[in-house]
Amino acid sequence: MALNLFDQWRRQSPYYNDSHEEWAQTVRRFVEKEVNPHINQWEDEENVPLSLSVKAAELGIIQMGFPEEYGGITQGVDAFHGIVAGNELAQCGASGLVAALMMHSVALVPILKFASEAMKRRIAPEVLAGRKTMAICLTEPSGGSDLAAVKTRAEKRGNKWVLNGSKTFISNGMRADYYTVVARTGGPGADGLSLFLVEKGMPGFTQHKMRKMGWHCSDTATLFFDDVELPPENLLGPENKGFLATVKNLNNERAGLASGACAYARCAVEEAHEWATQRETFGKPLIKNQVIRHKFAEMMRHISASQALADLMVWQMMQDRLDIGMLSLAKVQSTRTLELVARECAQILGGACFVRGCKIERIYRDVRPHAIGGGSEEIMLDFAARQMGFV
Amino acid sequence: MKVFVPVKRVVDYNVKVRVKSDGTGVDLANVKMSMNPFDEIAIEEAVRLKEAGVATEVVAISCGTAASQETLRTALAIGADRAILVETDADVQPLAVAKLLKALVDKEGPQLVILGKQAIDDDSNQTGQMLAALLGWSQATFASKVVIAGGKAAVTREVDGGLETLELTMPAVVTTDLRLNEPRYATLPNIMKAKKKPLDTFKPADLGVDVAPRLTTLKVVEPAKRQAGIKVADVAQLLDKLKNEAKVI
Repeated sequence: MALNLFDQWRRQSPYYNDSHEEWAQTVRRFVEKEVNPHINQWEDEENVPLSLSVKAAELGIIQMGFPEEYGGITQGVDAFHGIVAGNELAQCGASGLVAALMMHSVALVPILKFASEAMKRRIAPEVLAGRKTMAICLTEPSGGSDLAAVKTRAEKRGNKWVLNGSKTFISNGMRADYYTVVARTGGPGADGLSLFLVEKGMPGFTQHKMRKMGWHCSDTATLFFDDVELPPENLLGPENKGFLATVKNLNNERAGLASGACAYARCAVEEAHEWATQRETFGKPLIKNQVIRHKFAEMMRHISASQALADLMVWQMMQDRLDIGMLSLAKVQSTRTLELVARECAQILGGACFVRGCKIERIYRDVRPHAIGGGSEEIMLDFAARQMGFV
Repeated sequence: MKVFVPVKRVVDYNVKVRVKSDGTGVDLANVKMSMNPFDEIAIEEAVRLKEAGVATEVVAISCGTAASQETLRTALAIGADRAILVETDADVQPLAVAKLLKALVDKEGPQLVILGKQAIDDDSNQTGQMLAALLGWSQATFASKVVIAGGKAAVTREVDGGLETLELTMPAVVTTDLRLNEPRYATLPNIMKAKKKPLDTFKPADLGVDVAPRLTTLKVVEPAKRQAGIKVADVAQLLDKLKNEAKVI
């Protein structure tokens, strides 16, 4: 019997209602029709066509939670609609796809919060219709997790800002139209950082594509800013207050990553189960071996516990009573689960997992950005320990 | 013109059903349910008629348990204007559904009823035809194209060897085939709007219909397992097997 782990999970959870269910079915059909037939090709070509963003926006995938006056959808929408969409998008087994489609969910927030009305009207509706894309630029070649040590600098010259420095591991870094960039405007530490909008094609702004182990369909780049002149309105929010705005944003991203890691893990388990029921060795299907069945039970034990914690964190965010230390642990719990599940599913497939084209091969390669991006496991654990008073 | 679209809640087409151990039916516990795919095509067609200005109102109707509300909400999210649930826990068979639909048609006076040619759970392929007979209306089954103009409906059907087009005088019952259209997705804003659209509930008794089953299911069994194939040594053995075992030549 084909498994249906995604539906089973939602139906037995207090957090999901009829509209989440209906929304899940819509996104699933979108993935089956618009993504699955092409995803292997997109991974090979290292590109997701922009037309997919437009199609996703026709359904509401791009606009969830953004204000309706700028083309978003808020009525009746809660954080779990975002979780459901992320989970269903995971069924293609290529997490680079979400990176290609959804970077604006972090990058657009400061624009809507701080930009002038004219700038919001110019940028947000185009992004939310899927016609323009965004990137969020935090990490620098000199260090990723230590955000407070950002070296990219913006200086005021006359009534302009002049930006110098570089950013790396930037998703959508080649194709994005708009870049939300963290840069230093004041002294050392977190208090000297501000947010800026940089646009594609500005003089002095250059991009270099990076080749990666996984996330092939998502473009990733190193960006250089050499005396990039920015008009005053491209400073987003008060000077030297960019850090806090960014950090708050990352909580949403972490919760999404925690839940998403469980979804990719379920996706791998479904594919491995299908394999184990069809593949015959020593005269019987693989699944008839206790050692294989135990692998599945162990994987489901990890996934269910991780997903339960991830869902609780989303609920806490909705109630505005988030335990940020626990959220960090939830992310670690989920990404360790994904790593374990990717390994065990690969073992179940054996040699077949090493050939390109199956989901497990991709998920196995794609584990690292989950475990490192949005706060590495090591940083998350240390942060949680300090938050919980283990000092 | 008002259009009725009956929709049925069935086991999702992706689910591999299991026969209950006592042979009384298939196991529905914790099984994913969805709208019958042919009915989804019917809803899509009705919504397109409305968008084209031919229909003025699209009413989705379902006969079944309270859970059928979910199916009606899906119809509303695709674009139906309102919904009617005839709520019953009984096993409603095609004749009972046709009678319930006739009662609602008599009450509201639609000009067109468009529904799936069959439901993928019992594959009866009867409800549309029975409804047309009870109403004394024209009917066209297995539609692959529907054009409505001037009080007539031109319905194209895929038949052996080509296409057949029927001209019906309205009011009429049309049942949908797979290639009539490709149903749209329920978008997120429409899912939310569907929650606010009206959904009325009746009991079969309110409509004066007895839904007691007329057919009894004797036994439900799994299809016979397919035998493994064999390799033959030569043509002579192949001919022998075809003649004496398969008895096809």
